[in-house]
Amino acid sequence: MVQFTDVFKSYENGTKALRGVSFTIHDGEFAFLVGPSGSGKTTIIKLLTGEIAPTDGKVLVNDYDLTNIRFGKMPYMRRTLGVVFQDFRLIEDKTVYENVAFAMRVIGASNKEIRRRVPYVLELVGLDTRTRRRPQELSGGEQQRVAIARALVNNPRLIIADEPTGNLDPARSLEIMLLLQKINELGTTVLVVTHEKELVDSFSKRVIAIDGGKIISDGMDGYYTYER
Amino acid sequence: MRGNRFTYYVREGIGSIFNHGFMSFASVCIIVACLIIMGSFTLLALNVDNIINTMESQNELMAFVDESLSQEEARALQGAVEAVPNVSKVYFVTREAAWNSFVSTYQNPGMFAGLDATTVRDRFVVYIDDISLMAQTQENLSHVAGIAAVNAQLEISAGFVRIRNIVTVASVALVLVLFVISLFIMSNTIKLTTFERRDEIAIMKMVGATSSFIRWPFVVQGLILGLLGALVSFTLEWGLYELLTEKLISGAGISFLTMIPFYNVAVPLLAAFTVVGLGVGVIGSTLAIKNYLKV
Repeated sequence: MVQFTDVFKSYENGTKALRGVSFTIHDGEFAFLVGPSGSGKTTIIKLLTGEIAPTDGKVLVNDYDLTNIRFGKMPYMRRTLGVVFQDFRLIEDKTVYENVAFAMRVIGASNKEIRRRVPYVLELVGLDTRTRRRPQELSGGEQQRVAIARALVNNPRLIIADEPTGNLDPARSLEIMLLLQKINELGTTVLVVTHEKELVDSFSKRVIAIDGGKIISDGMDGYYTYER
Repeated sequence: MRGNRFTYYVREGIGSIFNHGFMSFASVCIIVACLIIMGSFTLLALNVDNIINTMESQNELMAFVDESLSQEEARALQGAVEAVPNVSKVYFVTREAAWNSFVSTYQNPGMFAGLDATTVRDRFVVYIDDISLMAQTQENLSHVAGIAAVNAQLEISAGFVRIRNIVTVASVALVLVLFVISLFIMSNTIKLTTFERRDEIAIMKMVGATSSFIRWPFVVQGLILGLLGALVSFTLEWGLYELLTEKLISGAGISFLTMIPFYNVAVPLLAAFTVVGLGVGVIGSTLAIKNYLKV
């Protein structure tokens, strides 16, 4: 579960990125976070992943209170998250299998667990025939599938996808969104940050819209209530 | 630490050394250069100390007995002379023995015709423990009843002490400076590695790797490079030392210098090189990775 309660965030240069943001995403939900550039979307993601701390207010992620979390606890909070980026962020000199296995290995999973879990996740994202390829040998859509597999492999409670279709054509974008929906249907909470109107509107999901550091709408009405 | 984690750290550490072969080679070379300079100055300091100790043991004071005392009375002063602080050994030399020794140093003994042993005094040859206290010992000996005068080569003793102090201070300063230089180079080598792998480190942080898990492969890399540098420099230092002692000193005929045999210092030197090499590796890598672990 994600809970923002009256969250403010100001940066050292004086920018007020968030001005009293409150919302809750319950376990098992699928939500879009939408808004124009500079609206505060990236700040929300950074707060969720613990890269920055709020200036005021309370951020709760999967039972971890990020307002007061100890530095040593942060890795364990991050293990409850899976993060997918627009630019994939794969390790170029590792194969598809190794990229996914790497995420398990660095949290201390045994080789036996890795051998059991990685093929399952790669099959789930439709890459079971591409395991020995390196990222540069794959299309953009396939690379994003690897990134989703890596985010999924440690069985997180929440997947945060930051502009996951930003580098993909419409057909591949739809495939990725359908994959995220499938993952959500398997029980994982999914938060997709995007500004792609058609994509959001083709799914009847909750849309949280932010602008100027404030939540301007939150509902099932499709893309961009703020575009009125 | 679980077995597969340990294997992972070692494999990643070794892999990183080979993936950044040139920088690894460069950092080992720098460690070797610094350790050899450190080792050479340490060996120089040890040898200077050894030579000065030898000279100290040969450095003597001459305590002349008052002429009014008979030889038996003069001999009886030995206990009082030995009781003076810093005195290690005392030998009584009769005026006859001293005279004969003096005359024998000249090629034409005839020039001393008409003179005899009464020209000189009975004396004690006094050896001391600490050459830096020579002036004080001379003063104490001169206060022993029956001792008329005490000769000491104070300039020579002061020279020995000055040389030893300079060499010791210079060696310690150089060792510290070179340690810091080695640390800086090692840290920068591993910084380059971490910079190239910054995306990988960011992914590791993102998926929940602990800081220690991220740090260990870099520490292993530093450990291996440091250890390698220590072993190579020890071997080179050994060769250089043997070359210097055998070829240069003996070949140049500088026979009065007694160098410490390498096997006498090999174990402590290897231990020191290993500790410094490993220290540089571990501290350097820890410093290098520090900034990447703050998030």
